Amino acid sequence: MTAAADKPRLSREHMLDLLKQMIRIRRFEDKCAELYTQEKIRGFMHLYDGEEAVAVGVIPVLDKRDRVVATYREHGQALVRGVPMTTIMAEMYGKQEGCARGRGGSMHLFDAATNFYGGNAIVGGGLPLAVGLGLADHMRSNDIVTACFFGDGAVAEGEFHESMNLAALWELPVLFVCENNLYAMGTALALSESETDIHRKAECYRIISEAVDGMDVVAVEAAARRAVHAVRESRKPYFLECRTYRLRAHSMFDPQLYRDKAEVEARRHSEPIVRFQQWLETNHMIHPEDLPRILAEIDAEIAQSVAFAEAGTWEPVDQLTRFVYADAAVPAGR
Amino acid sequence: MKQEPIKTEAIEITYREAVREALRDAIKRDERVFLMGEDVGRYGGCYAVSHGLLAQFGPERIRDTPLSESGFTGAGIGAAMAGMRPIVEVMTVNFSLLALDQILNTAATLRHMSGNQFGVPLVIRMATGAGRQLAAQHSHSLEGWYAHVPGIKVLAPATLEDARGMLWTALEDPDPVLIFENVMLYNMTGKLATDAGPVDIDKAAVRRPGRDISLITYGGSLWKTLEAATTLAGDGIEAEVIDLRSLRPLDDATIMASVAKTRHAIIVDEGWRTGSLAAEVGMRIVEQAFWSLDAPLGRVCSEEVPIPYPRHLENAAIPQATKIVAATKAALDRA
Repeated sequence: MTAAADKPRLSREHMLDLLKQMIRIRRFEDKCAELYTQEKIRGFMHLYDGEEAVAVGVIPVLDKRDRVVATYREHGQALVRGVPMTTIMAEMYGKQEGCARGRGGSMHLFDAATNFYGGNAIVGGGLPLAVGLGLADHMRSNDIVTACFFGDGAVAEGEFHESMNLAALWELPVLFVCENNLYAMGTALALSESETDIHRKAECYRIISEAVDGMDVVAVEAAARRAVHAVRESRKPYFLECRTYRLRAHSMFDPQLYRDKAEVEARRHSEPIVRFQQWLETNHMIHPEDLPRILAEIDAEIAQSVAFAEAGTWEPVDQLTRFVYADAAVPAGR
Repeated sequence: MKQEPIKTEAIEITYREAVREALRDAIKRDERVFLMGEDVGRYGGCYAVSHGLLAQFGPERIRDTPLSESGFTGAGIGAAMAGMRPIVEVMTVNFSLLALDQILNTAATLRHMSGNQFGVPLVIRMATGAGRQLAAQHSHSLEGWYAHVPGIKVLAPATLEDARGMLWTALEDPDPVLIFENVMLYNMTGKLATDAGPVDIDKAAVRRPGRDISLITYGGSLWKTLEAATTLAGDGIEAEVIDLRSLRPLDDATIMASVAKTRHAIIVDEGWRTGSLAAEVGMRIVEQAFWSLDAPLGRVCSEEVPIPYPRHLENAAIPQATKIVAATKAALDRA
């Protein structure tokens, strides 16, 4: 790979695609929130509003053969990775046409076809898994990078530190992407960490580490190119802290008692989509007809995904115990 | 032409060596297999099970880990999902509690939760049980807890054949399998055929046939139960001893066939009585064979205490042959 591959691609087409991917996540989730109030979607649902630049900046830099491990706030990662919006929406509905047969719901999107190893809903739980995927690739000399997404809350977990140490000690090709949105559910970073500069924690494990403005999709993408290139070349881990902000509640049940409305409003002004769109306008990279076209395409895709989910079917109850084990293993009820 | 039966030699071997031979065989057979855990390499294994394997296979396949049970168990899960066949050794069941998140929330759930897109063909081995005066934090028998969890399989090899043969079958299983090796068995010696190989991992075994009562047990308690059966035979009581071998799934058919014959049953389990595997086995007998029973079921479990250090108290806390004899006589109204 040449050094040119690390440089951001500033073509108009690419810039518009970054914008579209972010808007696509936002509008998909807006629709999900609406469907949640209609009780089409149930359970826990965590929206990515404000954090879209992270998934959109990082995931397209990965190759098809690479692997992605995500958290329960993973709609954006799944969409950008190429999991079809139709099967994601069907999963949100719990229909068997969903990307996890409807069994996982919002927090557990899986897709083997795109090496999407799921929404893990135990904070920190995906990190050891990513280490293991990297270990297999290390042992088999596979030219594969595993990207592992997690939030600032995970940093307080023992599994975070165990995973940092193992990845560094064994020199595993894992890109750790910390989505630092400043709150572990309702607890501010400063109330839960003695060292709030998260990327420095990775440095302690001798992992190359950097922090980037996670609200700036171009900056995230540039950092991701450096990071993925470094992992591929060195076969060692890399740590990317993306400093971002969650503009909506933690989940649909969160009245947000732990932060001021003014704080959220202030952050709304620096949110990644508006900011990037303004930058494109200032630099004359977006034409007047572009945005309506993009929105129309996205809205059509969302409408199609809703229709797909609505038309989906419920898994028959007689399938309940299927795939607890591989088929032909343990009969039901044993 | 009539073929002469192949004469298999039997050699004197310890349970520890039988497990080691199983590991050696698996690592040789399949390049995807590797052993990972605390002190499995340079130290040779906490119970010397993997002694010599590092020299033979090198540090990539006999992989010493830091004291990070959750981290390396999760790494085993990830490696298994990416095509390897890891054997994770958690030094003892006591420390497996630090890996419980990965075992329950990840390994056990992934196949079902992902709609069968991802499986976890992982084997986790660990030592279990009391009897070495190691006190309350190093003497747990929690295999019954693990047997509570759908998505994993739980094995308890009690014999040399099973110590040698269960590992390979477990590695061929597409789902996570936990193997519990009772610490009191590692030094047990006996004869094992030199060509001993894989065994099934879903059937219970009748270790001693008898007509009067079924003594149902597994793991380290098997030998205490067999000792009790010998004592009982001296008193004219013929006990049938069932070795569960697999704690999940349970082989109900073998249990019920025995109970249908003997019409009495005692379950011997080193786990604590409350919420124990013994309770599960007993309830299944009630559900499936109630009308075969001539007397109430009985249990010999550990006392409801953290296991104490002094020998006499530890012995009093866990099942012993004398307790099994007494419980059997009580069940048969022969006390």
